[in-house]
Amino acid sequence: MTEKTAKQKIDLNELKSGGFIKQTQKDLFTVRLKVPGGRITPDKMIKIAEVAKKYSRLGYCHLSFRQSVEIIGVHIDDFDTVVKELATVGQKVASCGPRVRVPTACGGCEYNPNGIMDTQSKALEVDEKFFGTPCHHKFKMGFSGCPIDCTRTRESDLGFQGVVYPVWTEDLCNGCTLCAKACLEGAIVSDKEGKPIFDKSKCVYCGDCIKACPTDAWKEKKKGWLVRVGGKHGRHPREADEVLDYLPDEKVNDFVSATIEWYNKNGKTKERIGSSIDRVGLDKFKKEVVAAFTKT
Amino acid sequence: MTEEEKFIPNDTIDLRGVLCPINFVKTKLKLEMLETGQLLEVILDDGEPMRSVPRSIKEEGHKIIKVENLDNSYRILIKKA
Repeated sequence: MTEKTAKQKIDLNELKSGGFIKQTQKDLFTVRLKVPGGRITPDKMIKIAEVAKKYSRLGYCHLSFRQSVEIIGVHIDDFDTVVKELATVGQKVASCGPRVRVPTACGGCEYNPNGIMDTQSKALEVDEKFFGTPCHHKFKMGFSGCPIDCTRTRESDLGFQGVVYPVWTEDLCNGCTLCAKACLEGAIVSDKEGKPIFDKSKCVYCGDCIKACPTDAWKEKKKGWLVRVGGKHGRHPREADEVLDYLPDEKVNDFVSATIEWYNKNGKTKERIGSSIDRVGLDKFKKEVVAAFTKT
Repeated sequence: MTEEEKFIPNDTIDLRGVLCPINFVKTKLKLEMLETGQLLEVILDDGEPMRSVPRSIKEEGHKIIKVENLDNSYRILIKKA
């Protein structure tokens, strides 16, 4: 940030955290606001609207692809006031540049019938702990509550997707075949008596069988997160590698921490973690990071 | 009560050709008119209706006690909670 103004002293720490993005117009910046998981209170929305009305010299906001609200066209002289006014409702500025970004998440398991894991709480927790950590390049995390994967964890640097492992008890089954109807993957077919034949290799761990079963013969054995690493979009998209099919909820922070540490040690400047993995090998990542989490 | 009598419905609704989520809403309204423990017979198309309606009924706390395969459709028996 080399812009200078005589009128007002810029708080350099605010700029370093990165949420101020240079625009084509002289002295105008996009102020990117932090909305972890895309969930925002009406109070914050009202305040953002007020601030945008007052300080956006172009008169509009933009909703970023990763769930942030951006106020477009804020003059450099107004930075301090904008930050202070937003702070009255606890609204913080997000980040850009080579660091851990605000995590994204799907709507939430509290109201979405497909939800398996609580993505909203996890996104907040991870944001609290890791936001702004310096890296070689941007580092984006996402949380999806179920295998529908609305958050697109396959294109996240580090993505967590909810999974539930089903278990079937024969005694409770009345052979209604609803589980086979519910399964979109063909992982369950009914035998002559209507009892399910389960093909584990086709299961995506969505839990539809559990939700459909009227007698609780299908139950939850365990639920947690499937983990993907190294995804990105941009000029050269790369689909993330699935590195773990089950991670308990309480291990997420440790996994994030270990992954960032590995990336900072093995990556290069301006290189996303997916490219680091391509360069040094996925096996190295698996051995040095994932192995410690496979004993569950 | 014989085994047969246990499955005699108190009311019935044919939802063939009715799309989601209207089929569920109609089932729900019908169930509201019954007493706890009474049975509702619902005829549903195969496919999306069979995937969604029974699951939503379970989420509402009712019990599906019988599923019967008809031609391209299903007959389910719901016990009101």
